[in-house]
Amino acid sequence: MSNLNMTPADTRHLLSAEQMARFVTDGFLLLDAFVPRHLNEKVHEEQRTNGQGHTFWETSAAIRDVFELPEVQGIIQSLVGLRPVYDHSFLHIVPDRYPVAQDWHGDSIIDVRPHAFDIQLFYFSHDAPPEMGPTLILPGSHLRKINTFSLARYKNIIGQRQLAGKAGTLAILHHGIWHCAQPNATDRTRYVFKLRLRPGQEQRGLFNLEGYDSPEVRRIIGQGYQRWQGNEDRLDHMQRAKLWRYVTGDDNVDVSFEGALTRMGI
Amino acid sequence: MNETRQQILFLNLTTPDLKSPVIAWSLYDGAAPADALQMNTGDASVPPYASVLHAMRDGWNVLQVPVLPHYPAGQEHDTGHLPYEYVLERKVAIA
Repeated sequence: MSNLNMTPADTRHLLSAEQMARFVTDGFLLLDAFVPRHLNEKVHEEQRTNGQGHTFWETSAAIRDVFELPEVQGIIQSLVGLRPVYDHSFLHIVPDRYPVAQDWHGDSIIDVRPHAFDIQLFYFSHDAPPEMGPTLILPGSHLRKINTFSLARYKNIIGQRQLAGKAGTLAILHHGIWHCAQPNATDRTRYVFKLRLRPGQEQRGLFNLEGYDSPEVRRIIGQGYQRWQGNEDRLDHMQRAKLWRYVTGDDNVDVSFEGALTRMGI
Repeated sequence: MNETRQQILFLNLTTPDLKSPVIAWSLYDGAAPADALQMNTGDASVPPYASVLHAMRDGWNVLQVPVLPHYPAGQEHDTGHLPYEYVLERKVAIA
Protein backbone atom coordinates (compact mmCIF):
# COMPACT_ATOMS: atom_id res chain seq x y z
CA MET A 1 0.00 0.00 0.00
CA SER A 2 1.66 3.21 -1.14
CA ASN A 3 -0.72 5.77 0.28
CA LEU A 4 0.18 7.65 3.41
CA ASN A 5 -1.95 7.01 6.48
CA MET A 6 -3.46 10.28 7.65
CA THR A 7 -4.88 11.27 11.01
CA PRO A 8 -6.77 14.58 11.38
CA ALA A 9 -4.30 17.10 12.76
CA ASP A 10 -4.67 19.17 15.86
CA THR A 11 -5.02 22.85 14.93
CA ARG A 12 -1.66 23.64 16.56
CA HIS A 13 0.03 21.39 13.99
CA LEU A 14 -1.51 23.08 10.98
CA LEU A 15 0.47 25.72 9.11
CA SER A 16 -0.22 29.23 10.32
CA ALA A 17 -1.36 31.90 7.88
CA GLU A 18 2.13 33.40 8.00
CA GLN A 19 3.76 30.06 7.19
CA MET A 20 1.32 29.50 4.36
CA ALA A 21 1.98 32.99 3.00
CA ARG A 22 5.69 32.15 3.04
CA PHE A 23 5.04 28.92 1.12
CA VAL A 24 2.89 30.73 -1.44
CA THR A 25 5.55 33.43 -1.83
CA ASP A 26 8.76 31.38 -1.85
CA GLY A 27 7.44 28.01 -2.99
CA PHE A 28 8.96 26.13 -0.08
CA LEU A 29 9.32 25.82 3.67
CA LEU A 30 12.57 24.66 5.24
CA LEU A 31 12.35 23.17 8.73
CA ASP A 32 15.81 22.59 10.15
CA ALA A 33 16.31 19.51 12.36
CA PHE A 34 12.53 19.02 12.47
CA VAL A 35 12.39 15.23 12.75
CA PRO A 36 13.53 13.66 16.06
CA ARG A 37 17.00 12.15 16.27
CA HIS A 38 15.89 8.55 17.02
CA LEU A 39 13.92 8.43 13.77
CA ASN A 40 16.73 10.02 11.77
CA GLU A 41 19.17 7.43 13.04
CA LYS A 42 16.84 4.52 12.18
CA VAL A 43 16.14 5.83 8.68
CA HIS A 44 19.78 6.65 8.00
CA GLU A 45 20.81 3.14 9.01
CA GLU A 46 18.24 1.66 6.62
CA GLN A 47 19.40 3.97 3.85
CA ARG A 48 22.99 2.86 4.29
CA THR A 49 22.18 -0.84 4.39
CA ASN A 50 19.18 -1.26 2.12
CA GLY A 51 18.43 2.07 0.45
CA GLN A 52 16.93 1.72 -3.01
CA GLY A 53 15.32 4.56 -5.01
CA HIS A 54 11.70 3.69 -5.80
CA THR A 55 11.31 0.90 -3.26
CA PHE A 56 12.49 2.58 -0.07
CA TRP A 57 9.00 3.76 0.81
CA GLU A 58 7.78 0.16 0.68
CA THR A 59 10.73 -1.58 2.25
CA SER A 60 11.75 0.79 5.03
CA ALA A 61 10.32 0.10 8.46
CA ALA A 62 10.97 3.63 9.71
CA ILE A 63 10.36 6.06 6.86
CA ARG A 64 6.57 6.10 7.28
CA ASP A 65 6.99 6.95 10.95
CA VAL A 66 8.57 10.23 9.83
CA PHE A 67 5.58 11.18 7.73
CA GLU A 68 3.10 10.02 10.35
CA LEU A 69 4.48 12.38 12.99
CA PRO A 70 1.60 14.68 14.05
CA GLU A 71 3.70 17.74 13.20
CA VAL A 72 4.39 16.46 9.69
CA GLN A 73 0.80 15.33 9.17
CA GLY A 74 -0.36 18.83 10.08
CA ILE A 75 1.82 20.33 7.38
CA ILE A 76 0.66 17.82 4.78
CA GLN A 77 -2.98 18.34 5.72
CA SER A 78 -2.52 22.12 5.45
CA LEU A 79 -1.29 21.85 1.87
CA VAL A 80 -2.97 18.85 0.23
CA GLY A 81 -5.75 17.90 2.63
CA LEU A 82 -6.66 14.82 4.62
CA ARG A 83 -6.78 12.46 1.66
CA PRO A 84 -3.55 13.10 -0.22
CA VAL A 85 -2.80 10.82 -3.13
CA TYR A 86 0.60 9.15 -3.21
CA ASP A 87 2.27 10.15 -6.48
CA HIS A 88 5.74 8.69 -6.14
CA SER A 89 8.74 8.64 -3.88
CA PHE A 90 12.43 8.22 -4.41
CA LEU A 91 15.53 7.86 -2.32
CA HIS A 92 18.12 10.06 -4.06
CA ILE A 93 21.70 9.03 -3.40
CA VAL A 94 24.76 11.11 -4.31
CA PRO A 95 28.02 9.22 -3.83
CA ASP A 96 30.94 10.70 -1.93
CA ARG A 97 33.37 12.85 -3.95
CA TYR A 98 30.86 13.18 -6.79
CA PRO A 99 31.77 16.36 -8.72
CA VAL A 100 28.90 16.88 -11.16
CA ALA A 101 25.77 18.90 -10.44
CA GLN A 102 22.39 18.19 -11.95
CA ASP A 103 20.91 20.70 -14.39
CA TRP A 104 18.16 23.05 -13.31
CA HIS A 105 14.74 21.52 -13.89
CA GLY A 106 11.17 21.23 -12.71
CA ASP A 107 9.89 17.76 -11.90
CA SER A 108 7.35 15.91 -14.00
CA ILE A 109 5.99 17.96 -16.95
CA ILE A 110 4.50 21.43 -17.29
CA ASP A 111 1.41 21.54 -15.10
CA VAL A 112 -1.81 22.97 -16.56
CA ARG A 113 -3.77 23.24 -13.34
CA PRO A 114 -4.32 26.96 -12.76
CA HIS A 115 -3.74 26.90 -8.99
CA ALA A 116 -3.80 23.37 -7.59
CA PHE A 117 -0.42 21.97 -6.70
CA ASP A 118 1.37 18.84 -5.55
CA ILE A 119 3.92 18.97 -2.77
CA GLN A 120 7.31 17.34 -2.62
CA LEU A 121 8.73 16.63 0.81
CA PHE A 122 12.52 16.34 1.00
CA TYR A 123 13.77 14.65 4.15
CA PHE A 124 17.43 14.53 5.19
CA SER A 125 18.11 11.84 7.79
CA HIS A 126 21.67 13.06 8.35
CA ASP A 127 23.44 16.41 8.56
CA ALA A 128 23.51 17.91 5.07
CA PRO A 129 25.93 20.86 5.00
CA PRO A 130 26.34 22.77 1.70
CA GLU A 131 29.52 20.90 0.74
CA MET A 132 27.59 17.63 0.86
CA GLY A 133 25.36 18.81 -1.96
CA PRO A 134 21.85 19.23 -0.58
CA THR A 135 19.38 20.22 -3.27
CA LEU A 136 19.70 23.69 -4.78
CA ILE A 137 16.44 25.59 -5.27
CA LEU A 138 15.42 28.98 -6.62
CA PRO A 139 13.05 30.67 -4.14
CA GLY A 140 10.01 32.19 -5.79
CA SER A 141 10.29 30.21 -9.02
CA HIS A 142 7.41 27.79 -8.40
CA LEU A 143 4.80 29.74 -10.37
CA ARG A 144 6.99 30.27 -13.45
CA LYS A 145 5.97 28.04 -16.35
CA ILE A 146 8.82 25.85 -17.52
CA ASN A 147 8.82 22.30 -18.81
CA THR A 148 11.13 19.81 -17.11
CA PHE A 149 14.65 20.67 -18.40
CA SER A 150 13.64 23.62 -20.60
CA LEU A 151 15.78 25.85 -18.33
CA ALA A 152 18.81 23.54 -18.33
CA ARG A 153 21.21 26.03 -19.88
CA TYR A 154 21.04 28.27 -16.81
CA LYS A 155 23.86 27.52 -14.40
CA ASN A 156 23.82 30.15 -11.68
CA ILE A 157 20.98 32.41 -10.68
CA ILE A 158 21.03 35.23 -8.14
CA GLY A 159 19.20 34.08 -5.00
CA GLN A 160 19.69 30.34 -5.48
CA ARG A 161 20.03 28.50 -2.18
CA GLN A 162 20.67 25.00 -0.95
CA LEU A 163 18.37 23.08 1.38
CA ALA A 164 21.21 22.67 3.86
CA GLY A 165 20.46 21.68 7.42
CA LYS A 166 21.08 19.37 10.33
CA ALA A 167 19.86 15.78 10.54
CA GLY A 168 16.06 15.68 10.45
CA THR A 169 15.67 18.66 8.16
CA LEU A 170 12.43 18.61 6.23
CA ALA A 171 11.79 20.79 3.18
CA ILE A 172 8.32 21.10 1.74
CA LEU A 173 8.34 22.21 -1.89
CA HIS A 174 5.65 23.33 -4.31
CA HIS A 175 5.93 20.96 -7.27
CA GLY A 176 6.81 23.78 -9.66
CA ILE A 177 9.95 25.06 -7.94
CA TRP A 178 13.16 25.10 -9.99
CA HIS A 179 15.80 22.85 -8.45
CA CYS A 180 18.81 20.61 -9.05
CA ALA A 181 20.99 18.17 -7.14
CA GLN A 182 24.45 19.37 -6.18
CA PRO A 183 27.93 17.82 -6.11
CA ASN A 184 29.06 16.03 -2.99
CA ALA A 185 32.53 17.19 -1.93
CA THR A 186 32.61 15.12 1.25
CA ASP A 187 33.72 11.55 1.83
CA ARG A 188 30.21 10.57 2.90
CA THR A 189 27.23 9.44 0.81
CA ARG A 190 24.40 11.96 0.69
CA TYR A 191 20.83 10.71 0.95
CA VAL A 192 17.58 12.60 0.53
CA PHE A 193 14.21 10.92 0.55
CA LYS A 194 11.57 12.59 -1.62
CA LEU A 195 7.85 12.00 -1.28
CA ARG A 196 5.46 13.57 -3.78
CA LEU A 197 1.79 13.90 -2.80
CA ARG A 198 -1.13 15.14 -4.86
CA PRO A 199 -4.13 16.87 -3.33
CA GLY A 200 -7.14 14.66 -2.73
CA GLN A 201 -9.47 17.63 -2.54
CA GLU A 202 -9.62 21.32 -3.42
CA GLN A 203 -6.86 23.07 -1.52
CA ARG A 204 -9.08 25.79 -0.09
CA GLY A 205 -8.91 26.72 3.57
CA LEU A 206 -6.87 23.70 4.68
CA PHE A 207 -4.42 25.55 6.95
CA ASN A 208 -5.04 27.63 10.09
CA LEU A 209 -6.83 30.58 8.49
CA GLU A 210 -6.54 32.89 11.49
CA GLY A 211 -5.04 36.17 10.31
CA TYR A 212 -4.97 35.29 6.60
CA ASP A 213 -5.62 38.94 5.69
CA SER A 214 -3.41 40.41 8.43
CA PRO A 215 -0.75 43.10 7.92
CA GLU A 216 1.94 40.46 8.48
CA VAL A 217 0.56 38.21 5.73
CA ARG A 218 0.30 41.21 3.41
CA ARG A 219 3.90 42.08 4.20
CA ILE A 220 5.16 38.57 3.46
CA ILE A 221 3.39 38.38 0.10
CA GLY A 222 3.80 42.05 -0.82
CA GLN A 223 7.51 42.17 -0.05
CA GLY A 224 8.37 38.71 -1.30
CA TYR A 225 10.25 39.97 -4.35
CA GLN A 226 13.38 38.18 -5.54
CA ARG A 227 16.17 40.00 -7.39
CA TRP A 228 16.27 37.33 -10.10
CA GLN A 229 12.63 38.05 -10.98
CA GLY A 230 13.77 41.31 -12.60
CA ASN A 231 11.22 43.26 -14.60
CA GLU A 232 8.69 40.43 -14.18
CA ASP A 233 8.67 40.69 -10.38
CA ARG A 234 5.30 42.45 -10.25
CA LEU A 235 3.81 39.68 -12.38
CA ASP A 236 5.20 37.11 -9.94
CA HIS A 237 3.47 39.12 -7.22
CA MET A 238 0.20 38.83 -9.17
CA GLN A 239 0.66 35.08 -9.46
CA ARG A 240 1.05 34.60 -5.72
CA ALA A 241 -1.89 36.93 -5.02
CA LYS A 242 -4.06 34.68 -7.20
CA LEU A 243 -2.74 31.59 -5.43
CA TRP A 244 -3.51 33.23 -2.08
CA ARG A 245 -7.16 33.51 -3.08
CA TYR A 246 -7.19 29.81 -3.93
CA VAL A 247 -5.56 28.51 -0.75
CA THR A 248 -7.57 30.79 1.54
CA GLY A 249 -10.82 30.02 -0.26
CA ASP A 250 -11.56 33.74 -0.30
CA ASP A 251 -12.00 34.85 -3.90
CA ASN A 252 -12.11 38.50 -2.87
CA VAL A 253 -9.01 38.84 -0.72
CA ASP A 254 -6.57 41.05 -2.57
CA VAL A 255 -2.86 41.00 -1.76
CA SER A 256 -1.85 41.83 -5.34
CA PHE A 257 0.46 44.54 -6.63
CA GLU A 258 -1.26 47.90 -6.03
CA GLY A 259 -4.54 46.03 -5.61
CA ALA A 260 -4.55 45.24 -9.32
CA LEU A 261 -6.85 42.24 -8.90
CA THR A 262 -9.55 44.59 -7.61
CA ARG A 263 -8.70 47.46 -9.98
CA MET A 264 -8.91 45.20 -13.02
CA GLY A 265 -11.97 43.36 -11.77
CA ILE A 266 -10.16 40.02 -11.77
CA MET B 1 48.64 30.63 -36.63
CA ASN B 2 46.91 29.75 -33.37
CA GLU B 3 43.84 27.57 -33.45
CA THR B 4 40.89 29.10 -31.66
CA ARG B 5 37.75 27.76 -30.04
CA GLN B 6 34.50 29.41 -29.05
CA GLN B 7 33.42 30.31 -25.55
CA ILE B 8 29.73 31.10 -25.15
CA LEU B 9 28.48 33.17 -22.23
CA PHE B 10 24.79 33.54 -21.46
CA LEU B 11 23.89 36.59 -19.41
CA ASN B 12 20.32 37.11 -18.22
CA LEU B 13 19.47 40.67 -17.25
CA THR B 14 16.72 42.28 -15.21
CA THR B 15 15.49 44.33 -18.20
CA PRO B 16 16.30 44.63 -21.92
CA ASP B 17 18.71 47.47 -21.12
CA LEU B 18 22.24 46.15 -21.74
CA LYS B 19 23.40 48.10 -18.69
CA SER B 20 20.91 46.40 -16.37
CA PRO B 21 22.14 43.93 -13.73
CA VAL B 22 22.95 40.30 -14.46
CA ILE B 23 20.64 37.90 -12.62
CA ALA B 24 21.76 34.60 -14.16
CA TRP B 25 24.76 33.39 -16.12
CA SER B 26 26.32 30.32 -17.68
CA LEU B 27 29.53 29.65 -19.55
CA TYR B 28 30.16 26.93 -22.13
CA ASP B 29 33.85 26.66 -22.86
CA GLY B 30 34.67 25.07 -26.22
CA ALA B 31 38.38 25.51 -25.51
CA ALA B 32 38.32 23.28 -22.47
CA PRO B 33 39.27 19.61 -22.84
CA ALA B 34 36.43 17.14 -23.34
CA ASP B 35 36.96 15.68 -19.87
CA ALA B 36 37.09 19.04 -18.11
CA LEU B 37 34.26 20.00 -15.79
CA GLN B 38 32.19 22.77 -17.35
CA MET B 39 30.39 25.38 -15.24
CA ASN B 40 28.21 23.53 -12.74
CA THR B 41 24.85 24.67 -11.45
CA GLY B 42 25.29 26.42 -8.14
CA ASP B 43 29.06 26.81 -8.34
CA ALA B 44 29.10 30.60 -8.00
CA SER B 45 27.05 33.27 -6.30
CA VAL B 46 28.56 36.33 -7.96
CA PRO B 47 28.12 36.92 -11.71
CA PRO B 48 31.25 37.27 -13.84
CA TYR B 49 30.11 40.70 -15.08
CA ALA B 50 27.76 43.30 -13.68
CA SER B 51 26.01 43.74 -17.05
CA VAL B 52 26.31 42.89 -20.75
CA LEU B 53 28.05 46.22 -21.30
CA HIS B 54 30.72 45.27 -18.76
CA ALA B 55 31.30 41.98 -20.63
CA MET B 56 31.56 43.82 -23.96
CA ARG B 57 34.25 46.06 -22.51
CA ASP B 58 36.15 42.90 -21.57
CA GLY B 59 36.18 41.62 -25.14
CA TRP B 60 32.99 39.60 -25.44
CA ASN B 61 30.99 39.95 -28.65
CA VAL B 62 27.21 39.96 -28.49
CA LEU B 63 25.88 37.21 -30.77
CA GLN B 64 22.20 37.50 -30.03
CA VAL B 65 19.85 39.86 -28.26
CA PRO B 66 16.45 38.73 -27.01
CA VAL B 67 13.24 39.50 -28.83
CA LEU B 68 11.15 41.74 -26.63
CA PRO B 69 8.25 39.93 -24.97
CA HIS B 70 4.69 40.25 -26.15
CA TYR B 71 1.70 39.62 -23.99
CA PRO B 72 -1.16 37.68 -25.59
CA ALA B 73 -4.63 38.52 -24.31
CA GLY B 74 -5.49 36.39 -21.33
CA GLN B 75 -1.86 35.56 -20.58
CA GLU B 76 -0.63 39.00 -19.55
CA HIS B 77 0.33 37.90 -16.04
CA ASP B 78 1.97 34.62 -17.01
CA THR B 79 5.64 34.21 -16.21
CA GLY B 80 8.17 31.62 -17.28
CA HIS B 81 11.81 31.58 -18.38
CA LEU B 82 14.12 34.54 -17.90
CA PRO B 83 13.20 36.75 -20.85
CA TYR B 84 16.20 39.08 -21.27
CA GLU B 85 18.91 36.62 -22.26
CA TYR B 86 22.00 37.76 -24.15
CA VAL B 87 24.35 35.37 -25.91
CA LEU B 88 27.99 36.47 -25.99
CA GLU B 89 31.00 34.93 -27.67
CA ARG B 90 34.72 35.18 -27.63
CA LYS B 91 37.36 33.09 -29.36
CA VAL B 92 40.34 31.88 -27.38
CA ALA B 93 43.51 30.17 -28.53
CA ILE B 94 44.04 26.56 -27.62
CA ALA B 95 47.41 25.12 -26.76
